Amino acid sequence: MVKLITHNLLCCHARGCNYPENFPLVFRDVTQLEVREADFNAEFLQKMMPRLEWTALVNTAKQLGDTSLPEEMPQGDAVDEGILKKLHHVLMEIHIEEGAMHCPKCDHKYPILQGIPNMLLAEHEIGR
Amino acid sequence: MLPTPNLSHLTREDFALVYEPAEDSFILLDALEQDAELIRTCDPTITLEIGSGSGCVSAFIGQIIGARSVYICTDINADAARCTMTTGQVNKVALNPVITSLVEGLSPRLLGNVDLLVFNPPYVPTYEEEAARAQSDRTISGAWAGGAHGMSVTQELLRITPSLLSKEGYFYLVALRENNPTAIAHQAQSELGLACHVVLERRAGIEHLFVLRFSHLNHAVYNPGSQP
Repeated sequence: MVKLITHNLLCCHARGCNYPENFPLVFRDVTQLEVREADFNAEFLQKMMPRLEWTALVNTAKQLGDTSLPEEMPQGDAVDEGILKKLHHVLMEIHIEEGAMHCPKCDHKYPILQGIPNMLLAEHEIGR
Repeated sequence: MLPTPNLSHLTREDFALVYEPAEDSFILLDALEQDAELIRTCDPTITLEIGSGSGCVSAFIGQIIGARSVYICTDINADAARCTMTTGQVNKVALNPVITSLVEGLSPRLLGNVDLLVFNPPYVPTYEEEAARAQSDRTISGAWAGGAHGMSVTQELLRITPSLLSKEGYFYLVALRENNPTAIAHQAQSELGLACHVVLERRAGIEHLFVLRFSHLNHAVYNPGSQP
């Protein structure tokens, strides 16, 4: 269950890859995607918003077929329950069960098996 | 008292591959429960457990702070990540396992963003080669083999802790007397700019266990606990 909230925190760490060129990882070969209801917590979402890379989130959601989020991160009064419900769905309820994430720079493939992303690199691929 | 998370779904076969909660895990749960008010006041948005193993500790933290936090759980052992996920499901805490070493693939996005960091490290003193091999094998032995003074993996994490912790974040670490908590606290303060307090200490068989809490030195809030 790789959710987009986790995906929004992941970067490629192969040798030669640096932030932000290694971010966000690109989903490919997604053969299983599930939507599972999660408990809505408005305060958590408000706390989490400034920690998100909004553009990466919006674009990744689009790639997965969800176009509900605005291009610009809403501020102030624009952060209403409607927006938070949409954000909740995108961040917490879309689960990628099987597939892979590729680095946008070096194309390194990080597999997702049974909902768990594997970020391990072989010894010779490690950057730092 | 908060109940210990339900692990009845994990089998003997699972615990042949993944560290089974023992006294070191339980002292960590007790320390977190003792600090429950402090943790709720800190109101973590991002909680990160390193080496989550069975998922017991993160599921327990989920009982303290609920859905006000996201729980990222890393482990180098793929079987541990699988157990962490099922433990989250059984205990109704949304745990997000990632198979990785420490925080690889999660930094730099997590820099300055971790509000609650928890690590029950491989702390048993062993030969350095044994500890290194245990980590690269990515198996259960990586859960205990700690190298010289049992500190090699802990030192690796301590070095990056100041950059990971948010301004008001807390880091909880399990240590043995053999790891020398006094020296850890001194190093934390002088080299890393971190305050270190003993939350709990206890003898369990031949082990003398400590739970240490670290925070940024300039984070001047109530910080209960004794100096090690």
